[in-house]
Amino acid sequence: MMGFVRRFLYGSWIIWQRDMKRMLRDKHQFYGSFARPVLWLVVLGMGLRPVFKESGGVDYIQFIFPGIVAMSLIFSAMWSGMSIIWDREFGFLKEILVAPIPRTSIVAGKIMGGTTQAMVQGGITLIFAPLIGVKISLAGFVSLIGIMVIISFTLSSMGIALASRIYSYEGFGTISNFVIMPLFFLSGAVYPVQTLPSWLKVIVSLNPVTYGVDLMRGAVLGVFQFSIVEDLIYITAFGIIMGMLAVVLFRRY
Amino acid sequence: MIQVEHLTKKFDDVVAVNDISFTVKEGESFGFLGPNGAGKTTTIRILTTLLPPTSGKARIAGLDVTKASDRVREKIGIIFQDPSLDERLTAYENLYFHAALYRIPVREIRARIDKALAMVELSGSRHKIVKEFSGGMKRRLEIARGFLHMPRVLFLDEPTIGLDPQTRKVIWEYINELKRDFGVTLFLTTHYMEEADDSDRVGIIHQGTIISLDSPERLKRKMGGAQIVLLSRDDNERKLKNLKIGFKTLNDHIYIGVAGGSPRDTLNRMLSSSVNLDEMIITQPTLEDVFIKLTGSAIREEAAGPMDHLRMVRRARGKHR
Repeated sequence: MMGFVRRFLYGSWIIWQRDMKRMLRDKHQFYGSFARPVLWLVVLGMGLRPVFKESGGVDYIQFIFPGIVAMSLIFSAMWSGMSIIWDREFGFLKEILVAPIPRTSIVAGKIMGGTTQAMVQGGITLIFAPLIGVKISLAGFVSLIGIMVIISFTLSSMGIALASRIYSYEGFGTISNFVIMPLFFLSGAVYPVQTLPSWLKVIVSLNPVTYGVDLMRGAVLGVFQFSIVEDLIYITAFGIIMGMLAVVLFRRY
Repeated sequence: MIQVEHLTKKFDDVVAVNDISFTVKEGESFGFLGPNGAGKTTTIRILTTLLPPTSGKARIAGLDVTKASDRVREKIGIIFQDPSLDERLTAYENLYFHAALYRIPVREIRARIDKALAMVELSGSRHKIVKEFSGGMKRRLEIARGFLHMPRVLFLDEPTIGLDPQTRKVIWEYINELKRDFGVTLFLTTHYMEEADDSDRVGIIHQGTIISLDSPERLKRKMGGAQIVLLSRDDNERKLKNLKIGFKTLNDHIYIGVAGGSPRDTLNRMLSSSVNLDEMIITQPTLEDVFIKLTGSAIREEAAGPMDHLRMVRRARGKHR
């Protein structure tokens, strides 16, 4: 009998492997991860550029670039929740639930899968940086990757936690839109949030993406709104809480 | 191998499984027969650790399904009622994933998968995406998967539901092969009589309770012997009365119960008195008759068809016994 830790790691690894296999097979998602950033950079960037002119001393397209990366992470990380709904609908979840691996390893494997997928998609977004004149230093790049991992982990956990309690595509689609849109728009990703009414500012300050975007903008453009420590503590704590919530909710499934 | 004691499961106010107890011996095949909603799937879900019972105990290979669920899951294989394959992966990948989940040593995986695929005759489709499979192929793959890790107990929840008769036959050949060659204990639920008939023992479940549990032969024997059915024409009734053969009539049909043994003597006597036997059937009691007798209702509501006549026979049997 293997120890729990080994069984946990092994189970997570197997679950993760399957998600990777599925991801590599899904060409549409791959194309989407190219198309989406282009779309947003063009639609938002070109469209709003004249209105904003200079945002915090930088060009608008450069300003929203970290936000576009964040958006890629938000969408694909939340999508990992969808994969649980999908597995449940097609009955495959039962196959996993009756397997002799700990339940927690199913959650962990799914969160890892969601994180990896988000990283791949977010990574693809980074390719566009040179095209819009964003220059990232090596140190900036390394810290950017680290920040992206934390954000992806946090949002994947959130997606899994949601999916543990929602049982239909439609339900998850609706709820996740309610979550994704505020996460994205109320994070300072596309416009500065200092001028928002105070009640909206409350939401902004609770939104983990706010701190993630702040960190990424700091890494890429060297502009911070909060302190690095503040950012890191909040988003990491939020991620850990979401991870635990996902484990608890999924266990009871 | 399976021990169930006073198992009860309630969903809010609905009692899905009501205080059932039974044991299944190692290497035995045990059939759970009953209509939809009788509690069959709920019982399987409890035994396979997917659902906690409200009260009572269940053990598999001596392990409690609630307290040692992780270890129970190592011992069992399940073929679910609904599909449970990853349709985006190939047949081989589905089996490989299963083998990995059950920690089959890597160097053995390939050989085991090859063998399993050969058994269900899917070797040629191993690298096809499961989405392109027919219903029967998917089912066969699920059977191969359910047995890939050599479980001691194999649970089959309505294994052939929705499949055509020919595919059903093939699937049963595989399942019986598993039992014969590996001595695996089978626990199956079904509402097909023929499938329950092949089990060593059958538990008839109705509204969450086991109302009868025995071998199919003994269950049917309790119903009495064969029955001869003919049409009431050409003075058949009068001739039978002269022969002192007991019968009942219903809707122009004559029903003759043959108590014990073969109906040959009765038939000989009828032939010698030139009873009109041009249209005649001999029926043996079926598990459906047992079920009807015990519950007063049929297992399945079927549409009228060519089997109507036979069904009438069954109904009559239920009435006059």
